[in-house]
Amino acid sequence: MHVEVKVPEIRLRQAQTQPEGRSGSEKNPAQAPRDGHSPVRRFLLSRGNSAVADRGFHWLMVLCALSIFGIVALIVWELLKGSHLAWTSFHFEFFYKSYTNTFDGQTSYWDPVNGQFSAVPFIYGTLVSSFLALMIAVPLAVGVAIFLTEMCPRMLRGPLAFLTELLAAIPSIVYGLWAVFELVPLLRVHVNPLLTQYLGWTGLFKDDNPTGLGFVAAAVILAIMILPIISSLTREVMTAVPHSQREAVLALGATRWEMIRMGVLRNARIGIVGGIILGLGRALGETMAVTMVIGNTPEIHKSLLSNGTSMASVLANEFAEAVSDLHRSALIEIGLALFIVTIIVNALAQLLVWAVTRGAPAEAH
Amino acid sequence: MGVGIEVQNLNAWYGNNHTLQDINLNIPANHATALIGPSGCGKSTFVRCLNRMHETNPIARVTGVVRIGELDIYSDAKPVEIRRRVGMVFQRPNPFPTMSIYDNVAAGLKLNGYANKRSLDEIVERSLKNSALWEEVKDDLKKKSGASLSGGQQQRLCIARALAVDPEVLLMDEPASALDPVSTSKIEDLIFQLKSQYTIVIVTHNMQQAARVAEKTGFFLNGRMVEFESTHKIFTNPSDKRTEDYITGRFG
Repeated sequence: MHVEVKVPEIRLRQAQTQPEGRSGSEKNPAQAPRDGHSPVRRFLLSRGNSAVADRGFHWLMVLCALSIFGIVALIVWELLKGSHLAWTSFHFEFFYKSYTNTFDGQTSYWDPVNGQFSAVPFIYGTLVSSFLALMIAVPLAVGVAIFLTEMCPRMLRGPLAFLTELLAAIPSIVYGLWAVFELVPLLRVHVNPLLTQYLGWTGLFKDDNPTGLGFVAAAVILAIMILPIISSLTREVMTAVPHSQREAVLALGATRWEMIRMGVLRNARIGIVGGIILGLGRALGETMAVTMVIGNTPEIHKSLLSNGTSMASVLANEFAEAVSDLHRSALIEIGLALFIVTIIVNALAQLLVWAVTRGAPAEAH
Repeated sequence: MGVGIEVQNLNAWYGNNHTLQDINLNIPANHATALIGPSGCGKSTFVRCLNRMHETNPIARVTGVVRIGELDIYSDAKPVEIRRRVGMVFQRPNPFPTMSIYDNVAAGLKLNGYANKRSLDEIVERSLKNSALWEEVKDDLKKKSGASLSGGQQQRLCIARALAVDPEVLLMDEPASALDPVSTSKIEDLIFQLKSQYTIVIVTHNMQQAARVAEKTGFFLNGRMVEFESTHKIFTNPSDKRTEDYITGRFG
């Protein structure tokens, strides 16, 4: 339509510059009235006001939005219904109780045969593996993002960004297989002994687990899986930082690193926190790859090299083979707990973002 | 105190675009020098060559000699060292939005590891006074963010930030073009006061502004410097026909 409207202007101008030429208006469709209206006007007049279609569209969209509420409500309802038996049996004890094994006097948390169920080691495992994964993934992801936005030669930028994104497209089970056959042996032979040797004094690394499975293996594979989401979000917010901010810092005599720190990272930190939260969300719920390498032992040890378990992996492992109604109900309650943990983490994250946003004039440090 | 700037055979390119051709001029110390000319004539590129900001663009290239005081900036020093001596104020105010007013002013010093807290306080106060912003912000130095100020205040904050590192030269690339007339006149008063202590080079589209603040004025056209004379002569009796056409509004 723009083109149609512009035509008369151009012709008019031509007509003015060549006064001896044919009159522009004769051939001009928009100015040749047959029934008092130009073709454009006739076309527009023939259109209705589209009110019905517009209202239909409105309700269709409302329906889409409401379906979210419906789905969440159904999930919560199903989880509550399924976990009712476990809830009436244990109440809040489910989230802190430990049992003493009558057989060997050891502490135990999860003994389906004796009907003893506690979610403690699963919550512990999920949180520990996820936060450990963040500690590995965040510096790496931010480093990748800095390289890609600030220093990467143009030639390399496309392929490298593509490869990072590709990591996100690999199915979880493939990561799991790779972890079992490549990562775990590598950790067992080369990394775990080093961790024990140099960081053993912290008590967090004790090389008494000959399998190589455990929290560290789970955290490394999780870190690789959440790397792309954190790095692509970080990259996006770093690219969005105006060029004028970089110039402002450079003009003060900053080196490249100082420019990135003060002019880019500082301005992009809210977005980076957002990316970290998304990564954490993915790590908390990740099931398959973690199940394959975490060791699946419902115990709590101080050493991060020991076997553990997570909320998602116990569901994957035991749900199909639950020995009793109570067992199944306890598993569903773990599902509910995972749901709640995720909500709490997201709420904390929101709080953090809120705090970062409103605390704009941060005190110097 | 400011130092003079000596430019010899300066040429600059963006890619294949030869944006500055054989510029030669001497900018006097402790005076304001205005650069005028139509958009795209190279005056911004020229000031960006004076603190080596031009070359932050990967496709940009420079040849020639620029001496700031005794220092040949393209052969004797790294860009980082030069930019510590040559402050710059940009067309759009660009305070750091995540920092308080205080931290904005102190940014240049903190960046370079200046840690003496008490003297930092003094420098921040002096810089804000020099940029005529102190009275307006002294009560919420650490409470308000640099972005919470009005556009004109933000630009004066940027000037304070540049002054805090005690530069010998202050480059201003159309510092008032994004501001309203009241803020503009404040900035002009400020330039008028500052030029006794600093060598100021100001790019402007506003010819009255050049006439008001600068002792010397250079006219740029198509990447060449057409005329560089005392401001009075440029605006009353230019020697070049093109300068006359421009200042009388016949083109540009």
